[in-house]
Amino acid sequence: MLQINSISKTFNPGTVNEKTALNKLSLNVADGDFISIIGANGAGKSTLFNAIGGTFFTDEGSIILDGEDITLQPEHVRSKKVGRLFQNPMLGTAPDMSIMENLALAAGSGGWLSRLSKKDKEFFREKVSLLNMGLEDRMNHPVGLLSGGQRQALTLMMATINPPKLLLLDEHTAALDPATSDKVLELTESIIAENHLTCLMITHNMETALNLGNRTLMMNDGNIIYDVSGNERKGLHVSDLLEKFRENAGKDLDNDRMLLGN
Amino acid sequence: MSTVFPLIQTALELGLISSLTVLALFLSYSMLNVCDLSTDGCFTLGAAVGAVVAISGHPYLSIFAAMGAGILSGFITAFLQTKMGIDSLLAGIIVNTGLYSINIAIMGNSSILNMNKTETVFTIMQEKLASTFLKPQYKLAVSVFAVTAVAIFLILFLKTRLGLAIRATGNNPDMVKNSSINPVFTTMVGLCVANAFTGLSGCLLAQSQKSVNIDIGSGMVTIALASLLIGRTFVGNRRIPLRVIGVILGSVIFRLVYTVALRFNMPASMLKLVSSVIVIITISAPYLKGKWPMFKRRLGLKNSREV
Repeated sequence: MLQINSISKTFNPGTVNEKTALNKLSLNVADGDFISIIGANGAGKSTLFNAIGGTFFTDEGSIILDGEDITLQPEHVRSKKVGRLFQNPMLGTAPDMSIMENLALAAGSGGWLSRLSKKDKEFFREKVSLLNMGLEDRMNHPVGLLSGGQRQALTLMMATINPPKLLLLDEHTAALDPATSDKVLELTESIIAENHLTCLMITHNMETALNLGNRTLMMNDGNIIYDVSGNERKGLHVSDLLEKFRENAGKDLDNDRMLLGN
Repeated sequence: MSTVFPLIQTALELGLISSLTVLALFLSYSMLNVCDLSTDGCFTLGAAVGAVVAISGHPYLSIFAAMGAGILSGFITAFLQTKMGIDSLLAGIIVNTGLYSINIAIMGNSSILNMNKTETVFTIMQEKLASTFLKPQYKLAVSVFAVTAVAIFLILFLKTRLGLAIRATGNNPDMVKNSSINPVFTTMVGLCVANAFTGLSGCLLAQSQKSVNIDIGSGMVTIALASLLIGRTFVGNRRIPLRVIGVILGSVIFRLVYTVALRFNMPASMLKLVSSVIVIITISAPYLKGKWPMFKRRLGLKNSREV
């Protein structure tokens, strides 16, 4: 499904700020995989997502998605196949435009000069009512008036309204309060299950990392240092993950949020 | 009354014709979030092209030629800022400077063209209305028609998927990329359409005045911005159709106020200073208003220390 072949990315090469964010990283993702990714700050988790999503091009290596080489495709072309959510709920929506207009853009049906039909509007209302947040009665309100959780739930809806081949979730619940965070995670699970999406999710919550999905990756220094799935994963506890990190990275996991988070 | 009405009429005509440029800025500045500083040059370009084509005997074609020239100019400005890595403000200034030479060339190496005996849409309208009571309002009739057409087009356009994408590009470009839309494309279309309006605006002003000179567009961007901001204070951030009407209203109000000021013997050359001051006040007022409570607290602190 997704095949990443030895990709590397170095920022500010040749300067004192040189930083190798991805170091010959390879990864094979099977169709329908739901993979959680954990790792210390600066391990290259978000960089990996930016490389897959096309925010920048990798220095070397190739990325194959569903048999198609997307290594050099620009971001807006890839986003047809790759849906993304970020930690910051503000990134995924246009604040001055209404819920309806945001969804219309994300759905992107019809030609450039097409306008929203009654049927489209009904469809969007139905979709939004699935979020269970009462947003279906506020379709013409600007998105800027919504709470962070509502905006993130809406962004999730927008990213999956045309089911992408691959969904990238970059700590998409980290900026939300615990209750909202749980709700958005629940929504995420049900949308992924319903559409049989293949998904990669970065999280700082090791509990979530082990409970959600079918496979967990641990990253350090721009590479994957631990990859677990199946029965071995089922028996794992958070303490085992910390131990694995020490074993494979040769140091303690120093992500405060990770250790202090529930 | 008899002395006041012609003044109001002139203000209305001028306000409506220049409201086309304000509508252009509404699209580029308010929607696309690009301050298009090529507006002055593009306005003159529209005037020059419109005049030359009209003088050669094609009154209707002159309108479309001026809009086409505007589209071309907008395309170049957009190309420079999206494909050539030039900052958007700088791109506008560069195109504006370049257009000066081009405009002189279009006008046959002269800085002024006369259309006293030229058939234009205005003279055609004058003939058509000759036997009706509307005869003295022939300029107004053309302006109202043009502004209505452009306003309706703009309102409909902003409702299409392309229009939504243009609005989103100004609002959150990342979101646009995530929606599989190329912001380069939306910026180009937005600036092309906006500059078509600017070109049309210049063309109509020149033809209504029956002359064009190389300075016809100078300061237009500030005048239009002032009108845009006046309109915004009246209508606020409401739905698009209302905001479009507010833009036209703002332009007319600006000209009315200016005309009244002229009546009180303000020199005509003050127009540009007035528009600059209006832009300064309307843009900085909300900013200063936000700072005011803190300023008051500081002042209070200082006073209490002195006591």
